[in-house]
Formats: sequence, C-alpha cells, structure tokens
Amino acid sequence: MNTDFGQTLLLTLRLASCTTLLLFIFGFPLAYWLSHTRSRLRMLVESLVSLPLVLPPTVIGFYLLLAFSPENLLGRWLHDVWGIKLVFSFAGLVVGSLIYSLPFMVQPLQAGLEAMPPQLIEASYLLGKSRWTTLHKVILPNIRASLWSGAILTFAHTVGEFGVVLMIGGNIPGQTRVASIAIFEEVESLNFGQAHQYAATLMVLSFLMLLAFYWLNQHHRQWRIR
Amino acid sequence: MAHPLIQANLSLSLSGNKSVFDLSVELSIEPGELLVITGSSGSGKTTLLRILAGLEKKALGQIHSGTHVWQDSATKTFLPPQQRPVGMVFQQYALFPNMTVRENIAYALPKGASPTIIMEMLEIKELIELADNYPHQLSGGQQQRVALARALVRKPALLLLDEPLSALDPTMRARLQDFIRETHQQHQLTTVLVTHNEDEIRQLATRVICLEHGKISAQGSPDSIFPQKKHTLKGIWLGVEGQVAKVKIGENELPVSFRHSAIPFPNPGDWVWVSFGSEGAVFLKKEGQ
Repeated sequence: MNTDFGQTLLLTLRLASCTTLLLFIFGFPLAYWLSHTRSRLRMLVESLVSLPLVLPPTVIGFYLLLAFSPENLLGRWLHDVWGIKLVFSFAGLVVGSLIYSLPFMVQPLQAGLEAMPPQLIEASYLLGKSRWTTLHKVILPNIRASLWSGAILTFAHTVGEFGVVLMIGGNIPGQTRVASIAIFEEVESLNFGQAHQYAATLMVLSFLMLLAFYWLNQHHRQWRIR
Repeated sequence: MAHPLIQANLSLSLSGNKSVFDLSVELSIEPGELLVITGSSGSGKTTLLRILAGLEKKALGQIHSGTHVWQDSATKTFLPPQQRPVGMVFQQYALFPNMTVRENIAYALPKGASPTIIMEMLEIKELIELADNYPHQLSGGQQQRVALARALVRKPALLLLDEPLSALDPTMRARLQDFIRETHQQHQLTTVLVTHNEDEIRQLATRVICLEHGKISAQGSPDSIFPQKKHTLKGIWLGVEGQVAKVKIGENELPVSFRHSAIPFPNPGDWVWVSFGSEGAVFLKKEGQ
C-alpha cells in the first residue's frame, strides 16, 4: 500500500469524523427545535434542511465557492478578521460537508425525538431533574437508535461526497484530496488499478456502515417505547 | 380546620384544531383529602392537573400553597415543575424505557437523599421481584405501580393521578384502587385523582369536583354527586359454590354474584355488605373495609 493511498483514506475518514461530530452538536438543537416547535418558520427551516437532498452537489459547491472566495464579503471577512481560508482547505471541506450532510443527521434525530412521548421529559422535570440531566439521562438514551442512525448515515454520506468537495476543495494531496476525488483523478490518468483500490475500499466501508444501520433499526424494534 | 394546602384561581385558553377551549376554575385543596376531578372527556380535567404540576406555562391566575406562590400571572411568578413539591402519575405511565424498575425509582431520588427509600418503595409496592426488569417487560398494572412508587420517592406534598387506572382490566383496577387508598391513608398524602369511573370515585374520593367545558359544574361528597341508587344489606358470608357466593341475610341464604376484586374471599362467618341493584345481588365488601 503506498503512502498516497493511506494519506487520502485517512483524510477521508478525518473529514467524515469531524463532520459527524460537529453535525451532532449543531444538528441536535435544530432537530429538537423542529420536533417541538409550532412556529410557522418550521416549514421553511425543514425545507432548507432538506435542500441538499435534492440539489446537485455542484450547486452547493458553486455557491460555497463564491461565498468563501477572498474576493467576496464573507470570505474576505473570514480571512482578514479570523485568518481563516475556506477555499481549497480542509476547514472549507468540513463546512461544505456540514451543509451537504445536514439532512442526514437532522432527519433521523427529529424522527426519534418526535416518536418519544413528551411525558417522559415532563416526568423527569416533575422528579426535580434539570434540563441537562433530562437530556443526558432520559432524552439521549431513548433516542439512541436515532443517534446512531444519524451518525452512520452522516459519516457514510460524507465519505461518499464528490461534487461539493471538488468545487470548493480541489485536489490537494494531504489537504483536500479525499478518496472519491482520488478515484476520479486515477481514472482520468488511466490508473485503473489504483482507482480500483480506492473504489473497493469505499464500497466495503459503505456496505458495512449500511449493514450496521439496518441492524440497529432491526434491533431497536425489540425495545421500542410503549 | 387547617388552612388549605392549595388555593388556586386559574384560567387557560387553548386553541385546538377546530375549537377554542376555555378553562376557568377556582379551587382549594385541603390537606389530606383525596379529591376526585371528574367530567366528560375534553372537560379540562387533565389540563387542570397539568397546570397544578407546572406543565402549562400559559395558564393565567394564581396558585398559592400556604404562603408559597407557585404561580401568579400578574407578577409573572412561575415556579417550574422541578421546584413544586408535586408527584404525578401519567395516564400512559411515562416510565423511562431505558431504565429498569429499580433505576426508574432511583432516578427520582434527590441528590444526597438516603437510598433506603428505594428498597422501601420496591417492598411496599410489591416490586422486588421485578426490580431488574425493564418497563416493556411489565404488565399495565405493574407499570402503574412503578409509576406510583417513583412519584412517591420525593415525598411530595401533593400527588396528582391522571386516570391512572383507565387502561387496566377490572381485577387489576380493584387491586390498584387498594394501593392508591393505602398510599393516601398511610402518608395522609393530599391526592388529586382524575377519573370518570363512578366505582373509583365511590371507593376512593373524600370529595368530588365535576368539570364541564372547563368550568366546575358541581362539587361535594361522592354520595351527593352520585346519589345512591342501590341499596345495601349486611349478611354473613357462607362460602363460594362455583360462580356464586352464598350469603346469609336475615333468615335467607342468597346466591350472590361477585367480581374478581372479591378475591381473596372473606372467611365463612364474616359479616359482608351486599348491594341490590339492577344487576341483582352483588357482593360489595367485607364489613369494616
């Protein structure tokens, strides 16, 4: 196995891990709000969250590229004030992936929260427990299956992304070159053997993750909430 | 008479899909009483309990408990449910599915409190053998007992029961009625029970409030709300033959039907009450129970 292959694969996994972790942190409050709110904004927010499901990744990539570009307001501000460069950088890839994979985290979490009887939360409050205790002792354990579903789908989806990464990340080895991009490049250069190595690895990895996802769904039925 | 435990003057407008529902209630709850709130479904019984528990923030008016103010919309005071000394049992039990029976009860334990009460609760509520089971492994009646035990761990000043027996079969219902009565009597615990079961009201209530369309339509003792239609006679229990019991009333030995809740039966020779109504002669209870 050459170092290029290892480096690219490691970068892919790092990107997927960062995206999954950050999306959980940002996605959970959003999913909680969506599952409890009666606000009219709900439909608007739900549509926005689901947008990456139907848009070509190149569209998201294109607009992110424009937004992050130092020639434009946001990009310049990020660069001048914070010293952050999001175009053709790993940080930019993470931001792009966060947007691209948002529905894959938020939708399972929202479904899990909606399926949980609201009385469980009220019962916990009535037993004198704070919101924080209720969150980690009652809410999170009872949507465990949704948490894992969201995490697995987000991870797998991020590993599989291509268009967004290509648009805003380019193809810098060790920085922005993830496995899906590497396959494209190897095929372009007619290195079918190397492309095959990447492709087979992604296929096995994705299959195993989906297997875990369906196993969880099956397993969860056995202790569903009455 | 002691001061009322709870003095409340409340109103709440809830707009549903089709209608606007207005609740407007003035009530006081005396220490140690078992107050039943009854009324047709949609009359606001559950909403009233939820307001008392602090689960309906939008309610207007005041709730005072002695000198404590639980809420007062005029001064924007609102004590969150965590800080009200209230135990509540929900209609659908609301046990935490991720915790065993023991863990569900232990969860209610305040920080620093002695854990001996957990064992005590398991014992009193006959849950020792079930302590390591998860809620989904329990019957409805068992879940209800766990919910009751869990609500009592914090030693609440006020126990709220929202149709706790409605999902149970008649045998279980009768047993749990006993549990509720014992709980109430042992701790002299002020209890508010929502039910529309007349039998439950007769068995348990010290006072009844009827709600109709969010307003109190009647209140008083169970007998004044539901005038006794049947009449009852005392007799001597002789024993059971097949599906009927034999009870000697006066000089006559009568066949008397009984419900499952009669088990365990009285001993032969015990004095018992028998009611005579539209269903014929029915065993009511042992004398003194």
